[in-house]
Amino acid sequence: MPRWLAYTLVLALLAAGGAWAFASLDMNWNWGLVWEYRAAFVRGWWMTVALSLASLLTSSLFGIIAAVMLRSRFTFAQAVARVYVELIRGTPLLVQLLIGWYVIAAALRVGSDQRYLVGVLVLSLFSGAYMAEIFRGGLDAIPRTQLDSARAIGLTPWQTLRLVVLPQAVRIVLPAVAGQLVSLVKDSSLLSVISIAEFTFNARNVNSATYSTLESYLPLAVGYLALTLPLSALSRWLERRFRYEAA
Amino acid sequence: MNLAINGLVQRFTDPDGRRPPATVLDGLNLTTGDIQALVLVGPSGGGKSTLLRILAGLDVSTSGTVAFDGVPLPRDEKALQGYRRTVATVFQAYNLFPHLTAMQNLLLPLVHVHGLTEPEALERVREPLERFGLTAHAYKRPAELSGGQKQRIAILRALVVQPSRLFLDEPTSALDPEMTGEVLEMIGELKALGTQFVLVTHEMGFARKVADEIAFIVDGSVGAHAPAADFLDRCTDPRIRLFLDRTLHA
Ligand SMILES: Nc1ncnc2c1ncn2[C@@H]1O[C@H](COP(=O)(O)OP(=O)(O)O)[C@@H](O)[C@H]1O
Ligand SMILES: [Mg+2]
Repeated sequence: MPRWLAYTLVLALLAAGGAWAFASLDMNWNWGLVWEYRAAFVRGWWMTVALSLASLLTSSLFGIIAAVMLRSRFTFAQAVARVYVELIRGTPLLVQLLIGWYVIAAALRVGSDQRYLVGVLVLSLFSGAYMAEIFRGGLDAIPRTQLDSARAIGLTPWQTLRLVVLPQAVRIVLPAVAGQLVSLVKDSSLLSVISIAEFTFNARNVNSATYSTLESYLPLAVGYLALTLPLSALSRWLERRFRYEAA
Repeated sequence: MNLAINGLVQRFTDPDGRRPPATVLDGLNLTTGDIQALVLVGPSGGGKSTLLRILAGLDVSTSGTVAFDGVPLPRDEKALQGYRRTVATVFQAYNLFPHLTAMQNLLLPLVHVHGLTEPEALERVREPLERFGLTAHAYKRPAELSGGQKQRIAILRALVVQPSRLFLDEPTSALDPEMTGEVLEMIGELKALGTQFVLVTHEMGFARKVADEIAFIVDGSVGAHAPAADFLDRCTDPRIRLFLDRTLHA
């Protein structure tokens, strides 16, 4: 079966199932009222984009630092990074956000105008723990023999990192990093619990104002898909693009 | 080159402390004449690679001294880095960086270590690529090259920086027999060109051709050391005769 036919068939089946489910609900759609709030959706969507991108940058930084510490010769650095990664990956983001905002930020007397900053920071710490394992995999994929070769031709450690390790590690981790961005986009919806006006938060407000639950949340699903589908495609493309045999 | 090695000890301690320290070189002594090519032979695990890594400035010995032409090898990493820039090393395999083409592999040390501009570097590698019949492969990635081609590019990369000495650690042992020839031939030409080198190999016939002196490394020290022909034909040490018979008839 050709690929396009397979996809068309799956999507058609999905649409038919959806149509049947909604028909049996006997819905009174109220799109007109929700349309009045379209600006809130757009604002929230862009906020989600901005928060995800900011968190991607910061979490890459956290991830690289943690990955280097995980591979470090120093047991203490290793322990710090390991505890960070396991604690973060072993607990729900929701709990981390609530503790980060209502306990830690409150204890530090962080003003409520700083909630976006705190939100991005907690989300980045969360995502950074996953990034750490991604980057560690990338660094581990460079065999020791290449580091020997680099030393043998007289490269400095910094040149070795810049010319040998990073160009290869980046190609190796890019697909996974793009995949992590997909997760970030969805995970950022939890920032609504600390009243950050991103996409989900705004959709929820529209729902409370209009009592039109599905009309408020269906656009939400579409808006997230509009971000995540291209990113998944990008991740798969990068994977194909940079796949080559090690020599 | 006059190589003088005195009381060289290399002891590896297990970082986790689970195994006792291993003394891989055990007070090794070797003094050569003023020769162009030294070949190291000996049973596997005898310490040839360990010795070569010290000579190449990649590892620092636990104790003992090494001097080439009366100049002792430094022991601190900064000075060793400078030393490594004056010599070149080719390992058994995986010398090339897989993300770069053969050409980029050749240019990398010239541009980033030896300060040539890209056009100068291109000019420097053009003729040797041609001479060793590798021009057609210059723009391939290592994954697209045969094992023999990869090793020849690696030797070329070592050569074009015009090192004062070349260190080669079993450059053909990871190759299929039909590719061994082309690599040995290239090393043979280095000899003809006057390049000084220290070579570890199991190819006895080839050792006879290129070696000025041969040293037999066993259990971390020099079991025998002589001019090539003497070593191969007149050696009476039963350990070495056994080794030679095994390698020659392998
Ligand atoms: N970094 C190291 N740590 C511990 N033991 C080592 C290390 N490198 C080599 N050895 C040991 O030293 C011995 C000699 O190794 P090597 O120099 O590679 O011998 P050869 O090249 O003659 O086969 C072997 O027993 C090997 O296991
Ligand atoms: Mg060896």
